[in-house]
Amino acid sequence: MIQRIGILLLIVVAALVRSAVGGVLPEDRVDVLLHSFDGGGITIQGPSLLVRKQFAQKFSVSANYYIDKVQSASIDVITTASPYTEERKQWSVGLDYLHDRWMLNVGVIDSEEPDYSSKTFSFGVSQDLFGDLTTVSLGYSLGNNEVRRRGDPTFREPMQTQSYRLGISQILTKNLLMGFSFETISDEGFLNNPYRQIRYVDPSSPQGYSYEREVYPRTRTSDAASLRLRYYLPWRAAIYGEYRAYSDTWQIKASTYEIGYTHPHKGWLFDGMLRLYDQPHGASFYSDLFPYANSQNFMARHKELSIFTSTDVRLQASYDIIKGGWKFLDKGTLNIVYDHMLFDYQNFRDLRVTGMTPGTEPLYNFDADVLQVFVSFWF
Amino acid sequence: MRTTLRSRSLRVLGRGLLAAAALGALGALGACHMEPWVKPYERDHLADPVMSFDRDPVSSVYTDHVHEVREGSRGATGSAGGGCGCN
Repeated sequence: MIQRIGILLLIVVAALVRSAVGGVLPEDRVDVLLHSFDGGGITIQGPSLLVRKQFAQKFSVSANYYIDKVQSASIDVITTASPYTEERKQWSVGLDYLHDRWMLNVGVIDSEEPDYSSKTFSFGVSQDLFGDLTTVSLGYSLGNNEVRRRGDPTFREPMQTQSYRLGISQILTKNLLMGFSFETISDEGFLNNPYRQIRYVDPSSPQGYSYEREVYPRTRTSDAASLRLRYYLPWRAAIYGEYRAYSDTWQIKASTYEIGYTHPHKGWLFDGMLRLYDQPHGASFYSDLFPYANSQNFMARHKELSIFTSTDVRLQASYDIIKGGWKFLDKGTLNIVYDHMLFDYQNFRDLRVTGMTPGTEPLYNFDADVLQVFVSFWF
Repeated sequence: MRTTLRSRSLRVLGRGLLAAAALGALGALGACHMEPWVKPYERDHLADPVMSFDRDPVSSVYTDHVHEVREGSRGATGSAGGGCGCN
């Protein structure tokens, strides 16, 4: 009830506050994308379709349909379960309303997979300030999820996620833009994977260890802040960088660094980017090998909660396939984005290597190739 | 249990009021008139597509999702996602 009052309050206050002069609605465009992820024994492929259209001069509506077709034989799966295939379908719709310098937006995202359902409602408001040098945005999302487990129709666990966002976009000079984001996310409910298992020392087992199910806390709150800069170079190109800091109540701490360069040439636009992710603190209840069964209240062996680093190198090329308009289309581009990612774990061991004393197996690492091919049309 | 529910409700109400206050402050700031130090006619470089923070939303949402399901951190990426795809 109080949550509903809070949301209603946001809407009412946003509707009451008035000002003058105008902002800009997003452009009308359609994007058709094919994506592919291949790495760590997992392949994920599928399409994504995004359409956005203005109407009545004050509104812009958007719709997205997205599919993940997953074939998984990841290290978790092959050491404790059997390879599987599954499909996730997601659709979302959003509406933006422009009133003078204010932009209001609402959106709904619905995601379905065989063992997970998610419905997310989001609301946001933004305003241009100080002669349109500054744009401040606030956002709230509420996600209601249900976690299920294959082969166990009685297993149904709820999980709720709330997100609070603040964004500031700032023109610093004629050639320099800055973006700042802060987001708090709060989860409550069943937060672990219903299949993943931890391992513990078990001298009675031939391999020296046995498995049992993970147990996570039922709440988690995280804070993340990012700062982005983009600078226009004298020869019509741009250099950009980003830093993001993260921490949460599970004691995970992480930093993300990104630097890139964008360069147009005739009808082409090239982009190169390097992204480094460093997670020097894992979850307080993570361990690669627990000393005995039920040794803690909370136990995880999820490699994403461990200590690790990852590197992402990206190359992107876009080509103007429609210049100067064609029939009802104003512009069109063909785009290829390729990412090569490396993941290097510091306290997650590769259990495919057998015959070793538990806890002395080699540390796990993998690389992944991610490809996106998409066309975009503006109309 | 009751205390937990009450403290959580108060926390949510507190955040709602904070958001409402922030919106009110936004409205007040919007009413301020200030001479911009970068004039509108000096912003042609900033309007160039090479300066866009999010040139292709369909691609950036996908990329953020790829990172988020493989990392322990989340949030402050500029795009809103949903679902999981990580079981």
